[in-house]
Amino acid sequence: MKVSVQAEDFDAGAEIRALSHDPKVGAVASFIGVVREVGMTLEHYPGMTERALQKIVEEARSRWKVTDCTVIHRYGVLQPTDQIVLVVVAGAHRGDAFAACEFIMDYLKTQAPFWKKEAAGWVEARASDDQAAERWK
Amino acid sequence: MRVKVLYFAALREQLGTSGEDIELPSGVATVAALRSHLVARGGAWQSALAEGRLVRAAVNQDMAKPAAALKTGDEVAFFPPVTGG
Repeated sequence: MKVSVQAEDFDAGAEIRALSHDPKVGAVASFIGVVREVGMTLEHYPGMTERALQKIVEEARSRWKVTDCTVIHRYGVLQPTDQIVLVVVAGAHRGDAFAACEFIMDYLKTQAPFWKKEAAGWVEARASDDQAAERWK
Repeated sequence: MRVKVLYFAALREQLGTSGEDIELPSGVATVAALRSHLVARGGAWQSALAEGRLVRAAVNQDMAKPAAALKTGDEVAFFPPVTGG
């Protein structure tokens, strides 16, 4: 299990391969979030952000059969087409891997302390993100 | 009781500070009471933290509800709803 909050970019291929080497793994699901249209600065709460991501990953592991997870989220100045977030979930079968990956993203959107600021100002939280997280309750 | 209070993102900008140590008067012992205590300062504090504004809180780096109890030495954070991912 790996959780990283970092300014640097990540190599999604390398992260996915790293979770594929276990002979028990039959499915590796991944999600990459990318900056769309306008650049931004991402602020976070050092310490709490890592802690919140760890808790989300632990919750996913308690709900689905998952052998390993990687979550990487960047902060700082990001430009359009830059990668922001990576979630990789490995398991024996795709159902659990897909579900856990989607759950981690939905919870991250509403529980992990990150805030986006664009040139036009701070991005407002969206009700649709709350609804996406609610459906896992 | 003394607590450390942190402010993030839009709230940090509106308040003009990223954090402070506060000696709480007796009777101020929950997240909601601390928020009201800060609102009573008036000005930017009142407008940024007033009831009805969407403000989230954490105590010791865990998300906390308004009724969450505070104890001396706690790290309390106030911030807008999160927008990561």
